[in-house]
Amino acid sequence: MSLPKRILKETERLRNEKDTGIKATIHGDNLRYFDVEINGPEGSPYEGGVFELELFLPEDYPMSPPKVRFLTKIYHPNIDRLGRICLDILKNNWSPALQIRTVLLSIQALLGAPNPDDPLANDVAQKWKEDENAAKATARQWTKEYAKKVSDQKEEA
Amino acid sequence: MMSDEEYFSDGSDGTFQDDSMRFDDVEEEDQYLEDTRFDKPVKKAYEVDFKVHSDQQIRSGQQAQFEEISNILGLDIGQAALLLRHFKWQKEKLIEQYMDNPDSINKAVGIRPEAHEDTKITKVKDFVCDICCDDGDSMETFALPCGHRYCVECYRHYLTQKIKEEGESARIQCMGDKCTMAFDASDVQAVVDDDTFTRYKTLLDRTYVDDRESLRWCPAPNCIYAIECGVRQKQLNQVVPTVLCDCGYQFCFGCGLADHLPCPCSLVKKWLKKCEDDSETANWISAHTKECPICVSTIEKNGGCNHMTCRKCRHEFCWVCMGPWSEHGTSWYNCNRFEEKSGIDARDTQAKSRASLERYLHYYNRYANHEQSAKLDKELYTKTEKKMTQLQSTSGMSWIEVQYLDNASKVLQQCRQTLKWTYAFAFYLEKNNLTHIFEDNQKDLEMAVEQLSELFEKPVDQLANLKVEMMDKTAYVSSRRIMLLEDTAKGLAEDRWKFNVELV
Ligand SMILES: [Zn+2]
Ligand SMILES: [Zn+2]
Ligand SMILES: [Zn+2]
Ligand SMILES: [Zn+2]
Ligand SMILES: [Zn+2]
Repeated sequence: MSLPKRILKETERLRNEKDTGIKATIHGDNLRYFDVEINGPEGSPYEGGVFELELFLPEDYPMSPPKVRFLTKIYHPNIDRLGRICLDILKNNWSPALQIRTVLLSIQALLGAPNPDDPLANDVAQKWKEDENAAKATARQWTKEYAKKVSDQKEEA
Repeated sequence: MMSDEEYFSDGSDGTFQDDSMRFDDVEEEDQYLEDTRFDKPVKKAYEVDFKVHSDQQIRSGQQAQFEEISNILGLDIGQAALLLRHFKWQKEKLIEQYMDNPDSINKAVGIRPEAHEDTKITKVKDFVCDICCDDGDSMETFALPCGHRYCVECYRHYLTQKIKEEGESARIQCMGDKCTMAFDASDVQAVVDDDTFTRYKTLLDRTYVDDRESLRWCPAPNCIYAIECGVRQKQLNQVVPTVLCDCGYQFCFGCGLADHLPCPCSLVKKWLKKCEDDSETANWISAHTKECPICVSTIEKNGGCNHMTCRKCRHEFCWVCMGPWSEHGTSWYNCNRFEEKSGIDARDTQAKSRASLERYLHYYNRYANHEQSAKLDKELYTKTEKKMTQLQSTSGMSWIEVQYLDNASKVLQQCRQTLKWTYAFAFYLEKNNLTHIFEDNQKDLEMAVEQLSELFEKPVDQLANLKVEMMDKTAYVSSRRIMLLEDTAKGLAEDRWKFNVELV
């Protein structure tokens, strides 16, 4: 089955993406599967970290949202241990007018502004609410430990 | 005053009298239901007013309300529909708030009354669809008044998925990111195919009935009717609103379960939960075989009748309490009544829990037995029916002449259903001097039912001669049921019954 024009265009556009701290490249020969890297936003506990994610475009994309998951371990109230992300535009508030690029920017924004009131990882959210400074320290420590820009890190894990 | 005849008329005129415009939304719905005229004989205490609506009537009922709002607020029908659905059909509240602040409501609902010229399907020069990235001057495009224009193909795909896969109807929004502009029926119709639009309308009807406390779909499989009834959730401890759909299914309007008179919904829920939790303990009861209390030979139950006669020793006994049948039908009859003896002097917890299990089993036994008997009665009737057809041809009795059997069977089923629930009712009933009347009524109905049930077990060649007796018994059984239901319903309405649990 040939790839829809829309996906080709987006892929093209992502190739030229610069200065936003997001990167998505096609994984092998599956043109619907992307390796993603997101830089932790400045001023957040994730600053300095490079987070790896996987992104898959389902058959009826863009009518259905892409499936995205963190591969790098991350301490965040809206991201669970399996790397699943609680983000409205990936569920109910998905609009076909959104793109891979906008999705990744939203995820980056989520790193900058965690929302412990709509948690996916309950234990983390609890900590975040009880002692925000301590929670942020843990997030910083995890970032240092797991989100370093080492190209062979994934194989290691 | 608005009567619902106007709402649910076939929409031929769609006009409303002006004096119906009152501005208290709380009263509104109650009001138009109380005004409804039902041409029925005098109501029994356990009967409630209700009305059966076809899907056509449900649809024209909505249409009439759209037209009314459209006229009052000067909006088109589609916009009026979106507003009404947003306000869950609370017309007075809608009108009041809309007159106060139309802009904020338009925004919340996703309509733009001042601009609806742009919504048509058009071709646009040099258009590129941002969703599929296709282009071409011949491409058809579509946009809601917000102007988020994409190709019709993409909108069709989007709407079809929303409707057919996600089951959405009343709140479908523009494809644009964060745009809340809403699709009305004509927008949807302009884009999707006929099949999807039919589905869409069905879904809309469904939300309409679901959104209104005074409406409920008939739960019978494949039934297309909805029932309208004025009994509210908060009244369910005083009344058991039992309705009869045109499809023949009798059910409770309050909870949607099959007819459970005389038991209030909350007790039904408790009882079913209890039965589920205790099902293992109680399982042995529903077994089909028991032993004769005298000679211990195995006895199998065939029909619904509980008057058993042992094939071996001819001992007659009651299947339910295993006591001698000779005591049943006399003043000694106490098969339905649980004697609270062991509970009183039970001191240790084990004895107490045994006593409470015994008490539960007493009621559950009889409850389950009537359920089982109803099934057996029905099976027996199916067999009898076949034989009646033979009898018809051999004895020359007409189809009309054998209808008394059909009627007797239906009454029997209904009474077993009622009896079944009297035991759940009794389980939660606190004993006092008023409960004796209830227990007597229960006993009388049960005895009459067993006698009628017994007639069904007679050989087919005798059935023709039993016609008069059977008809008399049927009438009597019916009257006993009415007696019992009248008493229990009045008791509920007057708050006369004391239950050993909270009715929540
Ligand atoms: Zn829009
Ligand atoms: Zn398109
Ligand atoms: Zn029905
Ligand atoms: Zn009910
Ligand atoms: Zn025997």
